[in-house]
Amino acid sequence: MTAPTTPAAPAGPPGTSGPDAKTRRISVAPTDLSPTGYVLRGPRELSVRFDRRVTLMCGLLVAVLVAVFLTSLAVGDFTISPGDVVRTLFGNPPDPLADFIVNGRRLPRVLVAFLVGGALGASGAVFQSLSRNPLGSPDVIGFTSGASAGAVFVILVTGGSMLQVAGGAVVGGLVTAIAVYLLAYKRGVQGFRLILVGIAAGAMLTSAVHYMLMRAELIQAASAQVWLTGSLNTRAWDHVVAVGIGVALVAPLLAVLSRPMRLIEMGDEAATGLGVNAERTRLGMLLAATVLAAIAVAAAGPIAFIALSAPHLARRLTGASGAAVGAAALMGAALLGASDLIAQWVLPTPLPVGVVTVCIGGLYLVWLLAREGRRNHV
Amino acid sequence: MSEPRLHGNDLTLAYDERVISRELSVAIPDGSFTVIVGPNACGKSTLLRALARMLKPTAGAVHLDGQLITQYPTKEAARRLGLLPQSSIAPEGITVADLVSRGRYPHQRLFRQWSTADTEAVADAMANTGITDLRHRRVDELSGGQRQRVWLAMVLAQQTPILLLDEPTTFLDIAHQIEVLDLCHDLHATHGRTLVAVLHDLNHACRYATHLIAMRDGEIVAEGAPSDIVDETLVRDVFGLSCRIIDDPETGTPLVIPAAKQPLVTTA
Repeated sequence: MTAPTTPAAPAGPPGTSGPDAKTRRISVAPTDLSPTGYVLRGPRELSVRFDRRVTLMCGLLVAVLVAVFLTSLAVGDFTISPGDVVRTLFGNPPDPLADFIVNGRRLPRVLVAFLVGGALGASGAVFQSLSRNPLGSPDVIGFTSGASAGAVFVILVTGGSMLQVAGGAVVGGLVTAIAVYLLAYKRGVQGFRLILVGIAAGAMLTSAVHYMLMRAELIQAASAQVWLTGSLNTRAWDHVVAVGIGVALVAPLLAVLSRPMRLIEMGDEAATGLGVNAERTRLGMLLAATVLAAIAVAAAGPIAFIALSAPHLARRLTGASGAAVGAAALMGAALLGASDLIAQWVLPTPLPVGVVTVCIGGLYLVWLLAREGRRNHV
Repeated sequence: MSEPRLHGNDLTLAYDERVISRELSVAIPDGSFTVIVGPNACGKSTLLRALARMLKPTAGAVHLDGQLITQYPTKEAARRLGLLPQSSIAPEGITVADLVSRGRYPHQRLFRQWSTADTEAVADAMANTGITDLRHRRVDELSGGQRQRVWLAMVLAQQTPILLLDEPTTFLDIAHQIEVLDLCHDLHATHGRTLVAVLHDLNHACRYATHLIAMRDGEIVAEGAPSDIVDETLVRDVFGLSCRIIDDPETGTPLVIPAAKQPLVTTA
């Protein structure tokens, strides 16, 4: 990216107004805190800080999302031209079949992929910030294992409709998260204790899942196994609505708490000194991230690696320090959307998307570790 | 005389079951550079943490500006009182200017994220600590002395009338220690801020403090101007060290010379 010389401030034609910036209602000016930092000012002292590179990269991610979106709607056993896709989206389908395929089948699936991916990415960013650990993710607090145990239990005991399984996953995950939080609590919760307790809880719950699968009838065990892989097959509008409502409810909490959360990365005392209620902020973010993970797992099963890798990739792309929740959410949505395309159409046989994310995530981790290893040795 | 802005009454301070101080009362004179000294584990940092609302007293209360400190919304308290903790973690990859600007958090709101006052406060804080030239560097690339000045700048940018510093000179070499203490003196003398610092070095404390608090076993043994209270008896009572006190040839403040047990330098 080449550095523009001056910010793209909405400067009027020279000479028409005074040089005084105060006459403009909205202005953009550098903060001078970093070469790419700007502040957008509006009336009544309203101001928003942003970083040029972060904003650009988020714009890029949105462009990727649009591309994945249109591709997902167009490609398939029955390919529809991009023009027809757009026409169908705007309620003017060339034929009823296109309407059914695009609006009835492909659109809800890609929307669920974006929402679930975004929820996982944001959730991972929060857990990485709270645990101050780059390996932090919903798995860390045993959440995913708890959700899996809950879902498998429901599948094996009741046979389970989709809704019941989702309910089982949510209950299992939340109960685990609360138990881990309480077990790790000692004059407030420290990230390290959370990780250790979470790993222990996760290990126990995973063995519980294995035990249940071993005791189960073969057919039920197979259907539980499919759920455990994580899949977007047969996701429809009721999934979109459920996940969408959940995400919409949690998003404001994330927006309000993400700034104080970033201050807690400096330590509780430094954050408290700056006027952050550390324990309350942490609890709020933990709750938000857990609910996001719960929604995602309930809708698509325990899809691996998105929560772990999306915040990393977002950070690399934006060059920002720490885990930015918004960028991680966009990255998660793009990753899961693209993975689902690969899972459906690139591979010789369609696979559950969870298989693809495991492969991509695994490769990414290996690359990351190799790179870190090299850097530490040279 | 009206009561000082920051004081604690009958404080019982404890970590879980372990009681550090009982019925401790302390008042920080307005506009002073108060230094708390004492041997290791005497409860000086604990007292500072209680004054900074980091530790909730088991009994007793800390008052700030005539009101219980816990009754302030935490952001409001952070506009009146700043704390430099003993150890903080710089987020990976953060730049100096970015870290210092975090000191402005208590003055900001969700959609008032950066005012011109913020810009000035950050610039002033960086200029006062001599780190303006480092502002685009990454904090994790800096030396220990530079890093300590960055943290100090963050607390300065907070622009609170009262500043609490927990061992601001640890991990610094002697030149940087003096630099930080000179800066503290300046803040107190020319900017009129009230400073409370925990220091390890008694001679530094005597030279810079306007008000000295000597602690032992969770109790305040003596407090007052260093030249009024520091003598051989006090040093023996507080630190268990026999010594001589002479006048600091530079400042005239008490200078503690530890007694030699036996001749350490053998002459041939």
